[in-house]
Amino acid sequence: MPNDNWTPDQPLVSIKDVRKSFGSLEVLKGVSLDVMKGEVICIIGPSGSGKSTLIRCINALNDIQAGSITVEGQEVHTEKLDKLELRKKVGMVFQQYNLFPHKTALENVMMAPIKVLRKSKAEAEQTARALIKKVRLDGKEGAYPGELSGGQQQRVAIARSLAMNPDVMLFDEVTAALDPETVKEVLVTIKDLAQEGMTCILVTHEMGFAREIADHIYFTDRGVIVEHGPPATFFDNAQDPRTKEFLSQIL
Amino acid sequence: MLESFSDFFRELADQYPRWNFIFFYEPVQWDRIMKGLRYTVVLSVACVIFSVIIGVVGAWLQGSSNRFVRNTVQGYIQFFRNTPPFVQLLFFYFALGQFTPTIVGADGWTETPIISNVGWAIISLSFFAGAFNVEIFRAGIEAVPESTQEAAFALGFSRFQVYKEIVLPLAFRVSLPSLNNNLVNLVKTSTQAMAIAVPELLYQCVSIWNDYPSAQYPTMLLLFCSFVFLVGILVLGMHRWEQKSRIPGYGG
Repeated sequence: MPNDNWTPDQPLVSIKDVRKSFGSLEVLKGVSLDVMKGEVICIIGPSGSGKSTLIRCINALNDIQAGSITVEGQEVHTEKLDKLELRKKVGMVFQQYNLFPHKTALENVMMAPIKVLRKSKAEAEQTARALIKKVRLDGKEGAYPGELSGGQQQRVAIARSLAMNPDVMLFDEVTAALDPETVKEVLVTIKDLAQEGMTCILVTHEMGFAREIADHIYFTDRGVIVEHGPPATFFDNAQDPRTKEFLSQIL
Repeated sequence: MLESFSDFFRELADQYPRWNFIFFYEPVQWDRIMKGLRYTVVLSVACVIFSVIIGVVGAWLQGSSNRFVRNTVQGYIQFFRNTPPFVQLLFFYFALGQFTPTIVGADGWTETPIISNVGWAIISLSFFAGAFNVEIFRAGIEAVPESTQEAAFALGFSRFQVYKEIVLPLAFRVSLPSLNNNLVNLVKTSTQAMAIAVPELLYQCVSIWNDYPSAQYPTMLLLFCSFVFLVGILVLGMHRWEQKSRIPGYGG
């Protein structure tokens, strides 16, 4: 159910004091952040710091133990949640692409609009072809995922997610499984999206990219946000020793 | 042409009495064989279809969040997999058959059970093969990566849609070789329906060689050849299906 009280000047995604445990292991220990419409934020940090878990909580792939997450004013972690409504608004792209291997690139993109949004086949196909063109894969419509390179698969996955016309896109280390030479084509696609005004939340290890496109960087370590700020301040003038150490290791 | 064919076997039977291919020159025996073959085919096709349905539904229920449902499916599998199909057949027909309602005929005194012996054979064999199919599909389902399903959930698919659109099509492909084996077994096990007087191929063949002991070897030969042929068709069909459903660039 859409929340009528929400207006675009309020955060599109608002995370407040979120705690999340897997068994006895607490991976998020009170995380808060706000994302405004049209904003691009990058979450960086060492492995196991809870970055992926955090964005998986936004579209309810993971549940949380405490705190709250709202998307367009609608609380995500509640019994009353309409998962379908939430997932129409929130698109997600995964590290391992996770395309449907038995469907062609075009069918992968068409499937959700037909099955979930109940669009006609013709309409879905028209949108899908346009999106495949947008991610620069025209000519590959009939190819199966197994016939595409990692970078191409990931771009199909982006198109598949965009076909649902989401308001915010989550990118979970989308270039981590790619060959170095194909990383760029995926980053260019995301950059195009960001420049068109799509709200994006990225978990990434691509520091150069984060610096280039992010409006705001969040650094997480051991389940908390250690430091955040605009890219220029964050990269050149980090305050916290943990951030400094992390940056010195990877930059 | 056909005349000379039957003449040949008639002469063969005269010269070598052990090789009396009686069904090749006596139309009555030929008709018995054909009737038996029809029953075997009907029985096999019906059981293949129902057992696959049982397998698909059972595998879906096995993933249920309700423990009672899961345990029921598990109990069903254990019972039907761990007891002989022959005993199941007798149990269904003679024990359960007692309790099913009957229809009284127009003459007022004949009673026909609403489930015939053929019906019981189909039910019993379908449940038997179905138990294996549940396990076969479960193995296929477990081979579908969690992450692929997660991607579908993230796109707003319901649990049923994920099962129908993503899990089943992929699980089917993984399951086909094992399913193939089980269905071959099922077709062969259909001969056990003879025990409850279903007039399928084995039943007819035994009848023939009881009437004409000299036809025993030829009839056995015919039985073997018929099943090689029937199972051959099934295997060929399954193989075609396997080929057709192969995804370019995916798996082997």
